Amino acid sequence: MTDIFELLKGKPEDSDYKKKGVIVQGITGAYGSLHAHNMITYGTNVVAGVTPGKGGQKFEESVPIYNTMQEAVDATKAKISIIFVPAKFFLAAAKEALEAGIKLLVAIPEHVPIRDTMEALNLANQKGAVIIGPNTPGIMIPELIKVGIMPAMPFKAGNIAVLSKSGTLLYEISDALTNSGFGQSITIGIGGDPINGTRLIDAFEMVKDIPSLEGLVIVGEIGGDSEEMLAQKIIDSGFKKPTVAYIAGRAAPKEKRMGHAGAIVMGTYGSAESKVSMFNKANIPVAKRPAEVPVLLAGKIEKSD
Amino acid sequence: MQLLEFQAKELFREYGINLLDSISSKNIEEGRKHAKQLGYPFVIKIQVPVGGRGKAGGIQKCQNDDEFELKYPQVMDLTIKGEKARAILLEKMADIKKELYLSLFLNRSKRSYTIIASAEGGVEIESVKNQIIKEVGLGEVSDELAREVANEMGLQGKTVDGFIDTLKKLSKLTIEKEAELAEINPLAIMQDDTIMALDGKFVTDDNSNFRHPELQKYQEKTEIEEQAEKSGFSLVELDGDIAVVGNGAGLVMSTLDMLSDNGGKPACFLDVGGGATTESVYEALTLISRINRVKGILVNLYGGIVKTTVVAEAFLKAYENNLIDLPVFARLKGTESEKAKKMLEGSRTKIYSSVEEAINAAVMGKKK
Repeated sequence: MTDIFELLKGKPEDSDYKKKGVIVQGITGAYGSLHAHNMITYGTNVVAGVTPGKGGQKFEESVPIYNTMQEAVDATKAKISIIFVPAKFFLAAAKEALEAGIKLLVAIPEHVPIRDTMEALNLANQKGAVIIGPNTPGIMIPELIKVGIMPAMPFKAGNIAVLSKSGTLLYEISDALTNSGFGQSITIGIGGDPINGTRLIDAFEMVKDIPSLEGLVIVGEIGGDSEEMLAQKIIDSGFKKPTVAYIAGRAAPKEKRMGHAGAIVMGTYGSAESKVSMFNKANIPVAKRPAEVPVLLAGKIEKSD
Repeated sequence: MQLLEFQAKELFREYGINLLDSISSKNIEEGRKHAKQLGYPFVIKIQVPVGGRGKAGGIQKCQNDDEFELKYPQVMDLTIKGEKARAILLEKMADIKKELYLSLFLNRSKRSYTIIASAEGGVEIESVKNQIIKEVGLGEVSDELAREVANEMGLQGKTVDGFIDTLKKLSKLTIEKEAELAEINPLAIMQDDTIMALDGKFVTDDNSNFRHPELQKYQEKTEIEEQAEKSGFSLVELDGDIAVVGNGAGLVMSTLDMLSDNGGKPACFLDVGGGATTESVYEALTLISRINRVKGILVNLYGGIVKTTVVAEAFLKAYENNLIDLPVFARLKGTESEKAKKMLEGSRTKIYSSVEEAINAAVMGKKK
C-alpha cells in the first residue's frame, strides 16, 4: 500500500526529510509558472522545471529548467512531479515522468481523454507509481507541502483528512472546517474525471491509518459509483473514526454533464440518491450544504468521545 | 456526446454490425418518401436522447399509408422526459426469435471497460436478469472471450458465431471512437438464427472530441452552449428563472442544490472555471443576457486569490453597457470584499457574505 506521507515528506532519517523535491512539468507556461511560484511561496521544495527547448534557463532565477524529465530526475533525484501541460500532451508528459522514475504524479490538466488516462495509469501500475488526478487541484499537507493549485488561505494544519472530487468545494469545505477549529492532516483532490488515478477508495487507504487522525470528510458529487464503493469499504473495514460526507449535484438533471467530465447521471448510475443512501447505510451523515460539514463532524466527534 | 439511435446505427453499419433496413427523417414530407422506399409494414421510432420511448408511445407500428399519416405527426409531437423529437426513424419490422442484451461500457470504479451480456434482453439494463460481466481492460475482446460469453449465455449453433462477430465489431467501434458506452438492447436472434442490432445507444468521451472530427456532425449544442464552450466555460441550460454562476463545477452544482432546496428554480448552470476575472465574469453575464427566461442572477465565487473588486468591476461594466438590467445576488469570497461592496452601492448587484443569504435574497428578490 502506498504510504503517501512517506512520498510527500520522506523518512525522518532522510537528509531532505519534509523537504522532498518536486519537479514542475510545463513550468514556463502561464499556468505552470503561476502555480510554481505559489507552491514555492507555500514552502514546497520545487527543485526543477521541465519545458522542452528551454533547458539551461532558470525559473525565477533559482529553479533550473531541463528539456526532459530524465535530465531533471537525474539531476535532482526527485520522486514527485506535477503536470501543467495542455490535456492533449498529458499522456506524453506522464509517460516521460513515469519512465524517468517519478513515484507520485499530480495531474492538473482538465479535459484529458479517458483512454489517455487509462494508458498512463497502466504504466503507473507497472512502475509502482501513484497518479493523483487528472483534473485535480492536487494534494497537500497543510503548512508543510502543497503539490497543486489550491489557494493557501482555506487550509490549516490539523487532524482531519479531506478527500474531494471537486476543487472549489475542497477549498470551501476546508475553509469551513478551519473556521470551526478543524485543521487538516492532508487533503487529496481526486479529480472530476470519470477515471481517477487515485480513486476515493485508494485515497481512503492512504489516510485511514494515520495515528493522529480525528476525522474524515468525503466531498463527492454525482457520477460513477466511487462514493458507493467507499461507503461499502468503510462498512467492511470497520473504520470507526468520525466521518462526514457531502454530495454535490442533487438538483442536477439526468444525462447532462455538469461541468466535470465525470459528473453525469446515466439512468440510476451515478445518482445522488444512490450515494446518499449508501453513506446512510455506513452510518455516515451527509451534509445538505458545505457549511453544515463542520457541524455534523463536531456532532460525530462528540459522540465518539 | 450521446448519439441518437439512428446515429449510433450509422456507426454500427459502418462497422458491419447487422441491422434492419431503416431511414431517418426530419419531417413528414421526407418521411413519406422513405415510407415508399422502405415499404410497409414498418415501425416509426422517435429519436430522443433518453430511454423509455416505447412506454411513452414513441414507437408505433405502421401497416399502411393511413396509419402512417396518423401516427407520424403524433410521434413527432411527443415530448419524452422533457426531450422533443430530433428526428424520426422508420425501420422494417423484425421477425424475432429471442431478445438478448449486449453492452461494452467504461466501468469507472474498476477503471476498465466491461462487457455486460444477457440472454434476457429487451428491458432496461437495471432489470436485465442473469447478467454476464467481463472486464476487458482498454476494450479489446478476443475470440476466446467472446465465445466464452456466448456459451455462458447458452447460445447455440449458428447464433454463437453471429454473436462473437457482433461483440468483436462492437469492441472495435468502442475502442476506435473512444466510447464510454456502446449498448445494443435488444440484440435479436432472428427466425433464421442471424443476429441483429434492433436498438443502439452510443456515448463518446467529450474530451477525445479533438481526435474525432468525423463525429462532429453528431454534436448537438444550443447556440449559447456553443458560445460558452468558446469562452472556456461549461454551461448547461435548465428550465427555471435564476441563472447560477460560479467558479468550479462542484461549487456551481452545490449552489444549484441549495437554490432548489430553498424553492428557487435554476435557469442555467454556468461554471466560469477555476479563476475569475473581470473579463470572464463579464463574458458570463453576456451569455446569461441571451437567456430570456432569466429573472435574476445568483453568483457564487470562491476565490482564494481572486480579488472581489475585479469581479465587482464586471457587474458595473455590464450595467453601464446595458448588457443586463437584472438583479444580481452575489456571494464573493476573496480579498477586498469591503471595497467591492462599496463599489456596488446603489447598483442592482448586492453582495452577501454567505451563499445561504444570497440564495434567500435571490428567491425573494428576483424580477417579478
